[in-house]
Amino acid sequence: MTGSDQHILVIGAGQAGLQAAETLRSNGFEGRISLYGDEPYAPYHRPPLSKAWLTEKIDERQLTIRDISALERKGILLRTGSVIEAIDPHARSARVSDGSLVHWSGLVLATGATPRRLPGSESSKAVHVLRSRRDATEIAERLQHCAREGRPIIIIGGGFIGLEVAASARKLGLDVTIVEAASRLLERVLSSDLSQWYADLHRSRGTKLLIGAQVSNIEPVGPDQAIVHFADGRSVQAGLVLTGIGVIPNDGLARKAGIECDNGIVVDDCCRTSVPNIVAAGDCTVRRLPDGAKIRLESVQNAVEQGRSAALALLGKEKPFTETPWFWSDQYGIKLQIAGLSHGADTWVRRGESSESGFSIFHFKQDRLIAVDSVNAVKDHMLARRVIGTSAAPTIEQVQDARFDLFTLRSKSA
Amino acid sequence: MVAITYVEPSGSKVEINVKEGWNLMQAAVANGVEGIVAECGGSCVCATCHVYIDPERLAELPPPSEDELELLEDVKAERKPNSRLSCQVKANESLLGLIVTIPECQT
Repeated sequence: MTGSDQHILVIGAGQAGLQAAETLRSNGFEGRISLYGDEPYAPYHRPPLSKAWLTEKIDERQLTIRDISALERKGILLRTGSVIEAIDPHARSARVSDGSLVHWSGLVLATGATPRRLPGSESSKAVHVLRSRRDATEIAERLQHCAREGRPIIIIGGGFIGLEVAASARKLGLDVTIVEAASRLLERVLSSDLSQWYADLHRSRGTKLLIGAQVSNIEPVGPDQAIVHFADGRSVQAGLVLTGIGVIPNDGLARKAGIECDNGIVVDDCCRTSVPNIVAAGDCTVRRLPDGAKIRLESVQNAVEQGRSAALALLGKEKPFTETPWFWSDQYGIKLQIAGLSHGADTWVRRGESSESGFSIFHFKQDRLIAVDSVNAVKDHMLARRVIGTSAAPTIEQVQDARFDLFTLRSKSA
Repeated sequence: MVAITYVEPSGSKVEINVKEGWNLMQAAVANGVEGIVAECGGSCVCATCHVYIDPERLAELPPPSEDELELLEDVKAERKPNSRLSCQVKANESLLGLIVTIPECQT
């Protein structure tokens, strides 16, 4: 699919969609490329939205990944504020919300995900989720409002989004409570000792934690406050309630078009869907692994790598996505970086003292290194990304031996 | 505005007026300068916005942080004494006319 009479439609102008569009162009696709986004902006970076965007005065253009004019120069037509309502894989067309019909020869679905909400709270000015630039701008305004009025804020969900917003809100001097339903913070991604370390960190910075607390409902109060009611009968009033309790992949368009979905658009390791000439990338996908298991990754890296794979698959240059997954989070200026997936690990080993000056937790499964969580230890993280899954990975004994220089393994991996 | 010249991997030169306070990565990627990936969007965690600074003017820049130095050890293209991560260099008047060369690969 490289001829100049072809048209590839990319639905979703986030990190994955942008990457797909640019990869098509840089790999010899000469036809038309259209990038449709439902937000009113050119593609922008989401990671700063829970951090600097909330605490500093940032020029909004600094979030931009690519200006519309830069895309134009590459022959990529960006349509902002455009919602695709339906796709037809047989007619190879898509219906836009303005009623027009777009024909395509190849389709990239990069529709992202939508934050989960708790019922009954959609209409209150005090209750928010954080996904888009608009969400973040409203939250930033609420935080300022709460600071002026001396109102506390409540964050439901002790995952990355919740913890990062908590850290930002503390930086602004607000009274912050984090509510986590599970028995510890970041339960899905961190080992229990590191969860504890993060709990201690947040407490030491003045954030209150309610762990194992079940929210029963959120009740709007007046125009701009809300009460969080707990299952045990307690309740707390706040000027801002942020729910950061995970996302739902936007797979509705695909499902209605008969494309296989299972809590996300099912793709193989080259980002092909169940329908020829339709690929998918980023948060909207769930990837089927060679052993049949399915995995959902929500990260910038996944969006970028899958965007690239998806574009190449449409061009018949399949490039399986095999990189070690990685993630990061910034809280109170402390950098957490995760390489690999620690799920299923049976042994972990810490390198360095558990302090802000830097340490890492190495996770092993049946003596093989599968993941490394690094706190203020950039070098460990970069090494881990190189060696996980290769013959250069350290053994348990090497990691345990404080005198063994792990960085000698870099040359082995090169 | 600070005029900065970027030399793309192909050798093409692009001059961009960078707003003071913006970092060199933000201005480059927003304007579609080729060769900078900036996967992490400027959080200093990924080493994919590697550039070479005009050696004669390197000393005019604030020195790299420890994190940046550690990431520079892992850049894909050759690391040189004038290697920097462009997301960690903020534009100010003193950088007027700076030439920044982008290596041929980032990942």
